[in-house]
Amino acid sequence: MSSSIDFTLNGQSVSVTCRPDTTVLEWLRGDALLRGTKEGCAEGDCGACSVLVKRKSACDEETKFQAANSCIMLMGQLEGAALITVEGLAQSAPDGHVVQQRMAENGSSQCGFCTPGIVASLAGLLDQNNAPEDSDIHDALAGNLCRCTGYRPIVEAALSAAQGSNISLPEITLEAAKTVVGAEDESVFHLPKTLAELLELKTKHTDAVLLAGGTDMSLDVAHARARWERVICTRDVQELQGVDIAQETLRIGGGVSWQTALPVLQKHWPSFATLVRRFGSTQIRSMGTLAGNLATASPIGDGAPALIALGASLTLASKSGQREVALEDFFIDYRQCDLAPDEVIEAITIPLPKPQQEFRAYKISKRYDQDISTVCGAFSLTVANDTVSAARIAYGGMAATPVRCHEAEAAIKGCAMDEATLSAAKMAIEASFQPMSDMRGSAAYRAMVASKLMERLFADLSGEAVEVMSL
Amino acid sequence: MSKPTGLNSLKVERSEVGKGYAHDSARRHVRGEAIYIDDMPDLPGTLHIAPVLSPVAHGKIKSIDASKAMEASGAVCFLAAQDIPGKNEAAPILSGEPIFAESVVEHVGQIIGAVAATSFAEAIQAARLVELDFETSAPCLNVEDAFANGSKTCATQKLKDGDAQSAISSAPHKLSGRVEMGGQDHFYLEGHVAYALPGEDDEMTVWSSTQHPTEVQIHVALALGLKNHNVDVQVRRMGGAFGGKESQATIIAAIAALAAHKTKRPCRFRMRRDTDMAATGKRHGFVMNYEVGVEDNGRFTGLKVDAIANSGHVADLSGPVVTRALTHLDNCYHIPNSDFTGFAAKTNTVSNTAFRGFGGPQGILAIEAIIDNTARELGLDPNAVRAANYYGPQTGEKTPYEQPVEDNRIADVVERVMQNAEWEKRRSEIDQFNADNKILKKGLAMMPVKFGISFNLPTLNQAGSLVHVYTDGSVHLNHGGTEMGQGLYTKVAQVVADVFGIALADVKITATTTGKVPNTSATAASSGSDLNGAAAFNAASEIRQRMVDIAAAELDATPEDVSFENGSVSAGKKAIGFSELAKLCWMKRVSLSAAGFYATPKIHWDATKLKGRPFYYFTYGAAVAEVVIDTLTGESRCLRADIVQDCGKPINPTLDLGQVEGAFVQGMGWLTCEELWWDDAGRLKTVGPSTYKIPGSRDVPPEFNVEILEDKPNREKTVFRSKAIGEPPLMLAVSVWLALRDAVSSLSEGKMAANLDAPATPERILFAVEDMKARLKA
Repeated sequence: MSSSIDFTLNGQSVSVTCRPDTTVLEWLRGDALLRGTKEGCAEGDCGACSVLVKRKSACDEETKFQAANSCIMLMGQLEGAALITVEGLAQSAPDGHVVQQRMAENGSSQCGFCTPGIVASLAGLLDQNNAPEDSDIHDALAGNLCRCTGYRPIVEAALSAAQGSNISLPEITLEAAKTVVGAEDESVFHLPKTLAELLELKTKHTDAVLLAGGTDMSLDVAHARARWERVICTRDVQELQGVDIAQETLRIGGGVSWQTALPVLQKHWPSFATLVRRFGSTQIRSMGTLAGNLATASPIGDGAPALIALGASLTLASKSGQREVALEDFFIDYRQCDLAPDEVIEAITIPLPKPQQEFRAYKISKRYDQDISTVCGAFSLTVANDTVSAARIAYGGMAATPVRCHEAEAAIKGCAMDEATLSAAKMAIEASFQPMSDMRGSAAYRAMVASKLMERLFADLSGEAVEVMSL
Repeated sequence: MSKPTGLNSLKVERSEVGKGYAHDSARRHVRGEAIYIDDMPDLPGTLHIAPVLSPVAHGKIKSIDASKAMEASGAVCFLAAQDIPGKNEAAPILSGEPIFAESVVEHVGQIIGAVAATSFAEAIQAARLVELDFETSAPCLNVEDAFANGSKTCATQKLKDGDAQSAISSAPHKLSGRVEMGGQDHFYLEGHVAYALPGEDDEMTVWSSTQHPTEVQIHVALALGLKNHNVDVQVRRMGGAFGGKESQATIIAAIAALAAHKTKRPCRFRMRRDTDMAATGKRHGFVMNYEVGVEDNGRFTGLKVDAIANSGHVADLSGPVVTRALTHLDNCYHIPNSDFTGFAAKTNTVSNTAFRGFGGPQGILAIEAIIDNTARELGLDPNAVRAANYYGPQTGEKTPYEQPVEDNRIADVVERVMQNAEWEKRRSEIDQFNADNKILKKGLAMMPVKFGISFNLPTLNQAGSLVHVYTDGSVHLNHGGTEMGQGLYTKVAQVVADVFGIALADVKITATTTGKVPNTSATAASSGSDLNGAAAFNAASEIRQRMVDIAAAELDATPEDVSFENGSVSAGKKAIGFSELAKLCWMKRVSLSAAGFYATPKIHWDATKLKGRPFYYFTYGAAVAEVVIDTLTGESRCLRADIVQDCGKPINPTLDLGQVEGAFVQGMGWLTCEELWWDDAGRLKTVGPSTYKIPGSRDVPPEFNVEILEDKPNREKTVFRSKAIGEPPLMLAVSVWLALRDAVSSLSEGKMAANLDAPATPERILFAVEDMKARLKA
């Protein structure tokens, strides 16, 4: 039995028979001979492969077109979706999309190799925001590297294109996605519609790859060239989609992407939202989910320290039922978490902020945008009458897993926000960790920064300017 | 000795030249229609290549077993050193730099062999099945260890002028120190790629993403044991190069050609990013140890520098890179007595290579660090120390290598940039900010750049072109320069359009091909438009001179009265269309094709003594940068940059502006966020954009002002009096690094120099801050 992958390619319905674990980039360049889209890195970091993807959410709401990295997106993920490539944008008007026109006129390309990806990202931005500011453009370009121009002519072209006409991408009606594509004897890609179906599949195929956005997992295919015989994708599972507030908690479904969660995070924890905007890129955030970020159990995944500090918990579901796990207990060891082979993350629950609760997340990396943290510190403090009544502190990049720092919490709980408390907290942090040295930073630097982030927190809460980006 | 073929003396009015045309491929770039080598359709039977890389940094190869690999699906052949019919040689200058490692491996990522298979995926899978066995030895990963052991890849160079030692010992102030700077990956967005097509009778066509088609041709021929005339190398465009595709492309092309030769099938070799970053060279990191003698006013009396370059496992271009570092240690400063030693340290890391600036940035960074350190030590303003040492205008002061600085624009650019940057006002604002803020500290710095234009080796300063005029008046242009994004093709076409008085659109730009223009130099050393523009000018001028004679007869005029403009050829009131004149020339059996040639005049160089006039001219620029650092984390940000750049009289100001901005941001990356990191086993762990961070759009200073000095024609007879632009502005980014040092120094109210090397990552900045605090306490 084999089932084709049906989607819309540059406005045309297509029905494709290929392994669903083929990357979209490989298919575009190899089978479709659409070679405008480039491979720059095959790890979702340079953006030369960017394309625009629109899909129906499981709740039947159509998303806008969003930029995505085709190098780490699988063909199975295109089932029921619409894809626009740089060639499609060129056909969209006699002189191409307005971003293409302005970039061609404005010296925005030199070698031209990053250009198709930048065109896709900017066309995606303008479809959603017709009056972008510089910072919006930087957000949209965080996942697109250009080595030639110094970016100024690209940012200017985007600003100028926003003034132009026809900046909206075409309206496309999506067909319902099938629940399975691919061939049984080769590679199968399941797109279950309900949690029950998902759990049934998970029970039946415990060795199958569970895929959400695939922005981390699919590196195995794109980079290490693994082949997957069976993939179960959470994309279309209705119960995993919600972002709901009830009983003083925020519940984010296991299939919700970072980009979708961003507005609600911004509303309740602006500092968390700032962290999230530095998390991957627009391309990554449009595909990657909170649950996926946690389930990969990376010691440096930025979602974890923030969510641990916020006291988040997970609802894990399997056919035999549900269980709740505090996020801080979920991580067992390097890249290991407390998730049974038949389980999925159904939801992430975060207690909403209480009065006088302050939350700050600080990410330290070599580059501001789209970098992996050297150290990430997250702090949730309740301060009343200058005394710390409650504290949760967590770090990423300091140990084999993201960890809560009970010692530092103990050092400040019940204490005044003063020099002595700060000094005790810093000592507690220094005593708590034996970080490692790697390409992102030495052990000595990590240890020093981890404790100095506490100093930043104190200064920040007292209203001092503490971040270079604030200027 | 015959006189070099300089620029044809024909006087041509500027019309298309000077206009800010967009890059000729801009429309194709944005539409995804520009064809790079990996975009070329696969010819039937095409094989794909994946390399087998050394996992160890240093060792003897005991065995290579490809038997399992050859059983893998799609695998067609395996190649290693013994499969090379000709010479296993990739050295651009010296010898003994193999395409495939022979008995020893000398760095992790060294290419040992290659698998050709029917698909790219199969090639990668099969290459993993090749079994390797080594007898490993301890690697040398540190340049200073290599220096101490005298382990080097090419001869040590000495540049001496006067008596530095006694000038230093008798100076009122003696300072010494060390500054270390990292290397830099080119991170061209298009990785290395070549596509080889075997023809009849040993012919081989190779499409190579290279800045140096001739060198690719020579090395492919050498590897195949053929004469050069059997190999044709073509390149329409590269997806970025920056020096990384100068000598390095030969290995990739040679392997593709070897596989094509062996299998008699077309073979494509595209390196994936991680392979490219592990297996190909980068900018040289340097350690500079110095001693300097200084007078009370900051005037240098003598300077001694040991410049230790990380050459990597073989020499490649390290010799000339070191030469350029030594010849740029003076930057804009007259150093009366100098004693510079350049050492290319052999380490078990991938051999480093050309990268925009080619040693110049490293030399300039060193002298700017020396100035900063000297100023803080003597309690002087760093800019006062600079001013005390500038080459004077009209003084005829010579560089340490004895070239007079005769087209001195230092004062012009410095004065202008200080004005544009509102230095005085901002200096006091920044001092106030630093007094008011405990955690965030700002820094401000200015630095000028003088960069020598020409390849140091005079031989390389030559270029060829081929111009045809067809009978409809359309023009076909070819030259030896390559297009890597810099807009060279556009600039040269503008030159040719003006010689014929036709529109730019009537000049067709064609792919660089060794079969059309032979024996070319690399498109490098910022020389692309100087050399190829002049060669094309000469070819077009020659054709035009022939056409003038026909036109004069047709228009009843003397040749002197004939002018070419707006697609028309006229004399007095009579005129004939350019296309009609072309047709007429054909009818009268006059050749409408010419091969042009150009050799840069005036230059000479003694490579043993490092003396002469290596540079046809100098180009100048200056920059002011403002930064802020976080003294708790070491994070930093460049808030504003002001640049003034000398471009002579630009052929295309828009393209020149693109070079200035792009080079500056690339230089900023080198000095801030881009860090190459090896583990103790010699494995480079930064082999992709997830770990190797080049600047993103938000890293560009939010206030970024670039001014190109207006109406400053080159004093030398370059084509349309323009100046080279590719590399010089990269060095202006040293201002950002100096501003970061200034921000750290602000903790001591500017009195103490920061112990800050490059790249100034958050870690290095934080450690420099802590070091400063510790010294203040002591």
